[in-house]
Amino acid sequence: MAYQMNMREAWGRALVALGRKNKDVVALEADLGKSTRSVLFKEEFPERFFEMGIAEQNMVSTAAGLALAGKIPFVHSFAVFASGRTYDQLRNSVCIPNLNVRVCGSSSGLSDFADGKTHQALEDMSIMRAQPNMTVLCPADGIETARMVEALETWKGPVYVRINRNDLPFVYPENEPYRIGKMLKLREGGDAVVFACGVMVSRSLEAAENLAKSGVSCRVINVSTLKPIDRKALIEHAWGMKGIVAAEEHTVIGGLGSSVVEALRGERHARVEFVGVQDRFGISAANYEEILAEFGLTAESIAGAVRGLLAA
Amino acid sequence: MVSNDTIATLRMTALRLRFDLLEMIGVGKAGHLGGSSSLAEIVTALYFHQMRFDPCNLNDPDRDRFILSKGHAVLIQYAALAELGVIPREELGRVKTLGGILQGHPDMDRTPGIEAVTGSLGQGLSIATGMALALRLDGRRSRVYVIMGDGELAEGQLWEAAMAAYRFRIDNLTGFVDRNRMQATGPTAEVFEIPFIEEKWKSFGWNVITIDGHDLAAIIQALDAAEKVKGKPTVIVADTIKGKGISFAENNAAFHNGILTEEQHRQAVAELEQQRRDLEKNQTRC
Repeated sequence: MAYQMNMREAWGRALVALGRKNKDVVALEADLGKSTRSVLFKEEFPERFFEMGIAEQNMVSTAAGLALAGKIPFVHSFAVFASGRTYDQLRNSVCIPNLNVRVCGSSSGLSDFADGKTHQALEDMSIMRAQPNMTVLCPADGIETARMVEALETWKGPVYVRINRNDLPFVYPENEPYRIGKMLKLREGGDAVVFACGVMVSRSLEAAENLAKSGVSCRVINVSTLKPIDRKALIEHAWGMKGIVAAEEHTVIGGLGSSVVEALRGERHARVEFVGVQDRFGISAANYEEILAEFGLTAESIAGAVRGLLAA
Repeated sequence: MVSNDTIATLRMTALRLRFDLLEMIGVGKAGHLGGSSSLAEIVTALYFHQMRFDPCNLNDPDRDRFILSKGHAVLIQYAALAELGVIPREELGRVKTLGGILQGHPDMDRTPGIEAVTGSLGQGLSIATGMALALRLDGRRSRVYVIMGDGELAEGQLWEAAMAAYRFRIDNLTGFVDRNRMQATGPTAEVFEIPFIEEKWKSFGWNVITIDGHDLAAIIQALDAAEKVKGKPTVIVADTIKGKGISFAENNAAFHNGILTEEQHRQAVAELEQQRRDLEKNQTRC
């Protein structure tokens, strides 16, 4: 296998590979390089790596300056800081002029389970999605993460990528071509459709597997590009279904669920249920499974949502 | 040393930029007269003397870059760009209107010659630092100039950038602090006093030069000195007068983003006309 299971490691290695291919790729870090794995880029390209210290706002506007002078800057921090602390800098320095700045929001969602609410990013996709010109990506595993990094060489405009801290099962087919904006059907089904992103993709596949045992046929779609959303594909995947579920490790306000409903507006469609974080901050937990269960982000919750829609 | 002729020419240019400010602000429309006029000489020295900047080749990768971190003063940059022929003069009359190319704050997508989006204060020095790093990485000799306000120094990000610029030993970057001692709601000493400005920059590792920001010879001398400093960035703390050149607007926070009445506009034009006559008289004496 070309990449390890861990999404952060996949990010770091893919960034090094891109750096070898394109000398304009530069990386900026805010003292979390060992965790975000930007340290791999630093080791190979010390002159193209900028340790900006614990100063995320300056890091983002500095990246804007680098992009204005022709570079492709990748900025790194934890998702909660990369999206929240830097909001105004992303909006004004980067998004308004539509610059090729790539933001790595690492340890996103609840994946930094131990560090608690100040370090858990549950609003990052909403914040990012609201900004014109911003592309919002949420890979499902290490394979897809690596493909995304490759695609970021030529994609025009700013991009936010949501990276999970923990080891996730592989779900992205090794030989499947990747392109930003494409949503991928990972399982066919005819009764209900689950649109999922990030860690919830593997949970949704697990839910579909369990539902199949009781005769419920569930389609699973990996929506790794939240913006720009492929509205046409989303409508097609939802067409004729008796229930639609959106599953995300993120607040239900403004994330994937909102994207799905926005895309379906004006169309005839089945009832929609959200599996996500219900407008609350995070909490410290002993491990990832425990915190996902605490927030109802499990295969059981997804299956329950599907059953509820089909029963109605 | 710059010749007296050059200085006289530049003085006349700075005066023309002030006339352009009055044209843009007009009568009955709000406009950032104060903080634009305090920059007339600095902007003149940069665009008309110091910078490697070809109005006919705006994308030259080796050009020097001009970043107005205090983006609300963009009218003075529009004036310079119009004088250089980068933007059509008739656009000055359409500033801040739908369909015009001159926005209320610097917008690089709409206005040729604008290098970045600024206006949310405190971000320009970071952007300039990024540009300077990229230019150094590419081995270019270009310099980056960034203008900050003294009120703007309250923004924390600016000091993050000041630390970073020194940490990377950037010496192709020159900053200005337009120390006009006024901010939007009054004198900086009353609104939010920021003492020891030179000491602050020095302690952040910067080379610091203090000048009279309306003295063109002093500005050029400082710019030349900054270019010679290696291993650290330079900031030029320029003492200026907000609203300089228009007596009733000088040191008056009401004209930070004020409206001119017809009478005030007439008086302002008359005062600039008098300054023009004085400059012409001096020139003939030489």
